Amino acid sequence: MHPIRRQRLQIVALIFLLSACAAGLVIYVLGQNANFFFTPSQILAGEYRSGSTIRVGGMVVEGSVSRPNENLQTQFTLTDGKTSLDIVYEGILPDLFAENEAAIATGVMSVSNKLIASQVLAKHDENYTPPELTETMDFIRYSDYKVQ
Amino acid sequence: MNWNWFHKFASPKWFYQISERILPGLCVVTFSLLFVGLIWGIGFAPADAKQGNSFRIIYLHVPSSFLALAGYFLMAIAGAIGLIWRIKLSFWVMKCAAPIGGILTLLALVTGGLWGKPTWGSFWVWDARATSMLILLFLYIGVYLLGRSFQNSDSGDKASAFLSIIGTVNIPIIYKSVDWWFTLHQPATINFTSAPSMHPDMFYPLLIMIIAFYFVYGLALTLSLRVEILSRERKTKWVRKLISQQ
Repeated sequence: MHPIRRQRLQIVALIFLLSACAAGLVIYVLGQNANFFFTPSQILAGEYRSGSTIRVGGMVVEGSVSRPNENLQTQFTLTDGKTSLDIVYEGILPDLFAENEAAIATGVMSVSNKLIASQVLAKHDENYTPPELTETMDFIRYSDYKVQ
Repeated sequence: MNWNWFHKFASPKWFYQISERILPGLCVVTFSLLFVGLIWGIGFAPADAKQGNSFRIIYLHVPSSFLALAGYFLMAIAGAIGLIWRIKLSFWVMKCAAPIGGILTLLALVTGGLWGKPTWGSFWVWDARATSMLILLFLYIGVYLLGRSFQNSDSGDKASAFLSIIGTVNIPIIYKSVDWWFTLHQPATINFTSAPSMHPDMFYPLLIMIIAFYFVYGLALTLSLRVEILSRERKTKWVRKLISQQ
């Protein structure tokens, strides 16, 4: 390779390496702050600023969804498998919101350690199956199924 | 090593002539794949058990996101080759790749929003995946504008090549964002290490759409590169001869 081209290659490689290092540092510093939501365990461990609006994500516990009054107010429980947190929400839930499915609630913690949510989002997974198959296969991942 | 092929490939005239011959075939393949993929995906693939028909936007969302990321690598590599070997055709590839990649990124963001509204319950969220994808759009716009903001087009080429190389670090961040952080966006359905977590009846049309988008990208890049070649080489003998023949 021509010496001038070799030098230009080194400059390009250096710029690439430096920008990769910068991005690596930014990612390292961002760390868990770039998470979209807290888990119920993090909330109960007090890892949030009290009084601020936070997001909590987890699985909607089976049988926990209830409407105590005759209005749009819904109560349900989110769990991360270890601990769970009660959510109170008044509004329309997304279509995919269901028990045993993941959801993310945005709101403020009340004194009684419940999240008073102003928004509830449904989180769906990366698996796609036709309806007739779900009954028999019960959400088996196709990748698991193919390996065997 | 014999570098003749490399210099031949880097000749604008040679590219203009060879692309003229492959264009009709490229068009036929591109539009056939798009036609088959779209009809199969939207009309015949089964609906999803949980999301119903809303999931069908995956047939536009995933291919456009794929090509938005792959197109960025192509743009940055073309910029690097241009910087190191001072090959003008390589710079022009980079210049033409920016608006195409930008449009694909915009398409990925809009289809993502249209998919998110009925499923998540929101058109836009500031999670790591959506935000890093928005940064990609700004990078594409930056590369596009930077290249055109110089009186001297050679300086513009160099500046936008540097910006596209620096921006490459965003691509692995977009790709890994759903694994590194908690996001609303779901993890990848298709990856290189395991079988897709999708029923084959839904996966084959998606695969066809991804291949179709590679061809769409190739076609769009070839067409805009031909225009770029004519405009930059307008003072050369071969372009003048070509125009006088018309």
